[in-house]
Amino acid sequence: MFTELNSILNSTPDSFTQGEFILVSDRRSDASFLIHHFLSLYLRARCRVWFLGLVQSFNHYSAVSQRLGVSLAQAKEKGQLVFLEGLKESLSVLIPQETNTGSQAMDFLRDPAVGLKSLYEFVRSSVSSSSGRDEGADGAEEWGPPVLLVDDLSVLLSLGVSVGAVLDFSHYCRATVCSQLQGNVVMLARCDGEEEEDDEDDEGSERLLKGLTHQCSLTLHVQGLPTGYCRDIHGQVEVCWRRRQGDGQHAQKKVFQYKVHDKGASFFARGTSSAVL
Amino acid sequence: ETMKQYCGSVMAAPMSSAGKPSAERSPFNTTSFQKKTRSRLISIPGTRPSVQNGQLLVSTGVTSLDYLLGGGLAVGTVLLIEEDRYDSYSRMILKYFLAEGVVCRHELFVAAAHDNPDDILQELPAPILDDVAIHKPVEQPRLSCEPQDSLDAMKIAWRYQNLPKVQSALASSSRFGHYYDVSKTMEPEIRQAAKCHRFYLPEHPTQSSPTHSTMLQSYSALLKSLQEVIHREGFEVAAPMSKSRNILRIGLHSLGSVLWGDDLCCHDNPSNSHALTTFLYGLRALLRSSLSVAVVTVPSHLIQDRALMGSITRLCDNAIALESFKGSERETNPLYKDYHGLLYVRQVPHLNCLASKLPDHKDLAFKLKRKQFTIEVCSSISHDLLRQRISVISGGVFLLKKIVGQQLLRTKVRTGNYIT
Repeated sequence: MFTELNSILNSTPDSFTQGEFILVSDRRSDASFLIHHFLSLYLRARCRVWFLGLVQSFNHYSAVSQRLGVSLAQAKEKGQLVFLEGLKESLSVLIPQETNTGSQAMDFLRDPAVGLKSLYEFVRSSVSSSSGRDEGADGAEEWGPPVLLVDDLSVLLSLGVSVGAVLDFSHYCRATVCSQLQGNVVMLARCDGEEEEDDEDDEGSERLLKGLTHQCSLTLHVQGLPTGYCRDIHGQVEVCWRRRQGDGQHAQKKVFQYKVHDKGASFFARGTSSAVL
Repeated sequence: ETMKQYCGSVMAAPMSSAGKPSAERSPFNTTSFQKKTRSRLISIPGTRPSVQNGQLLVSTGVTSLDYLLGGGLAVGTVLLIEEDRYDSYSRMILKYFLAEGVVCRHELFVAAAHDNPDDILQELPAPILDDVAIHKPVEQPRLSCEPQDSLDAMKIAWRYQNLPKVQSALASSSRFGHYYDVSKTMEPEIRQAAKCHRFYLPEHPTQSSPTHSTMLQSYSALLKSLQEVIHREGFEVAAPMSKSRNILRIGLHSLGSVLWGDDLCCHDNPSNSHALTTFLYGLRALLRSSLSVAVVTVPSHLIQDRALMGSITRLCDNAIALESFKGSERETNPLYKDYHGLLYVRQVPHLNCLASKLPDHKDLAFKLKRKQFTIEVCSSISHDLLRQRISVISGGVFLLKKIVGQQLLRTKVRTGNYIT
C-alpha cells in the first residue's frame, strides 16, 4: 500500500471507512497501480478479500504484491483471499471440452446478452457463506469486514456485456457487500476518449463511468498530465469524496500528481514534485 | 514445480534475485542464464531475462523494435501490429519474427485466412550469419592413419574435424536478436529444421453447429487449434519438466479482416463487434499459461470505431502501429526522404511490476534497409508539425517564427496536440 495515499484518503490498515464503494478510473492512462494499493491495504487490515482478476494472471498480482510486502499465496492458503482468475476460467467456456470443470463465474462469455447474473452469484454465494461461518467461530481466525475488488469492469464491455448489465452487477455487489455486510467494494473502470470530445464511439465506457460515479462514495480518477508526457510525473489523480451527509451531498475534490516507483507510488500536490522543486 | 510458480508470465529469475544477471553472463552472451539459487531456472535458447523485472524475453527479429519494447517481447504476451495501408511493412515484421524463431530453434505457429501460411514461410528473410550451419549428421570418427584427401581436412587440429559443425551454430543462435538480408529468402534447409504448425482458414470449413460464444467460427477454430498445439507439444507452463523446454512463436495474420469472416472493417456498426475482442481474451488466457509469444496483425486503418480499436489494443500487451509513406504526400517530401514510414508505440505492458522505465516513444520513423529494419527518432516529424503549427499564426509574427521554433524544439515540453 502507498503510505502517502493512505494519508490522503485518511485510511490505515487499522482504521478505514466501512461500507465504501470506491471507483478507480482512468482516461487514456493506467490506474491499475491503485488496485494493487487497495489489495495490499485490505489484506494488511486483515479483511477477507474477494478479488475478481479478469485481465491478468494471479502471478502478476502476486509479483507486485510481493514488492509491496504482502504474500498473496499465503493469504490464499489461509483463506483470507479468494481469487477468481478470469483468464484461466474463461478457456473452459471459450473452448468447450467434454469435462467442464471450474466455476460458472465466466459463463457470461457464452452469451453476454444474458448479463452477469452468474458472476454475481459467484460473489454472493462466496461472500455470504464465509460470513455465516465466521459468526460461529470455532477457533477460526477473526477477519475484518469483507472486501470485493474488481480488475476491471471495462473488459466486460469488450466481451459483449451491456452497460446496463455491468451497472446492475455493480449495484447488486454494492447492496450485498457494502450495505448488508458493511464491507468495501473497489472497482476499476477505464476510458479511452477525451472528456471534452463528443465521442460517439466510446459511449459505452462513458456511460459506464457516469453510472458508476453516481453509485460510489469515493472516486479516484487517473489521467495523464494535460501538458503531455513527463518522465518524473506520471500523471494526476483526482480524488472525490461523495459522502452523503444529511440532506445534501457534499462532494469534496482534490487533485494530486503522482509517480509510480518500483515498490510504490508517491503523491504530491501539483507542482511540488521533487524533480521540479 | 518451478514452472508452475511462474505460470502466466514467465520469469527467468526469482523476484528476490532479479537485478544482478550480468555477473553470471558467459563471454558469448549466451542466453543460458545460470544462477546459483535453490530453484532450477529456465534456460531456453533464444531468450534472455529482462533487466527491469527478470521476465523472460525473446527477440522480435528487429533489434530496434526490441529496444522500444523494453529489451524484447516478454514470453506469455501478445504484440499487436496495426498494419500499414498495403500490409507491406507489417507483414515484413511478422516475417522477421518468424525468421528469428527459426534461427533460435523455436517452434512456429502461423495462421492466415488469405495467404497460405506456407507462402509466408517461404518468404522468410535469410539470416546474416557466417556460421549458421545446417544440421549435418555426425560423421564416424576416422583413424588418424587414414589418408585424408579432402581439402577441408584439418592437418593439425584433426581431432576436431569430425565434431558436428552445428556447434558453432549454437554459439551464434544463442545471440539475442539477429540480422536478416531481405533481398534473399531463407534457405529451405534452415527453414525446414524448425517445426512449423499451420492454420489456413480455407482448410477449416465452417461447422453447422453454432459456436459456444460470441466468437466467430473462424476465431473459435483458431483458438481451439492453438490450444491443441500448445497442449500436445508441451508448451503449457504446467507441463512436466522432463523434457527440455522451448518457445512457441505464434503469428496471426490480419485478424479482423473480411477474410476471417469478420465485419469490423466493413461496417460502422459491425454485427460481431465482440468477436475479435473475445478471441483476444482467449488468446491472452492461452499465452499466460504457456511458453509462447504471439504477434497479431490487424488492418486497423479499416476499422472506423476508435473505441473498438482501444479495446483491441488493451487486450493485447504490446501494441505498435505502422504508417507507410507510400502513396501519401510524405513520399516525396524531402523531410522524410530517409524513411519509409512512421511507427507509433501505442502500448507497452508492465507485467509483474508497478511501472516500467521505458525509452521515450515519440516521433519514431522506420526504414526498411536491405540488412536492417531501423527505427529511430525522427526530428523531421517535430519540425514538420511545428511548421504546420507556426504557419497558422498570422504574418505579424513572421519574425518570431524562427526563434520560437528553435526554442520550442529545445525544450522538452510537448503538448498532447503536437502529435495527432
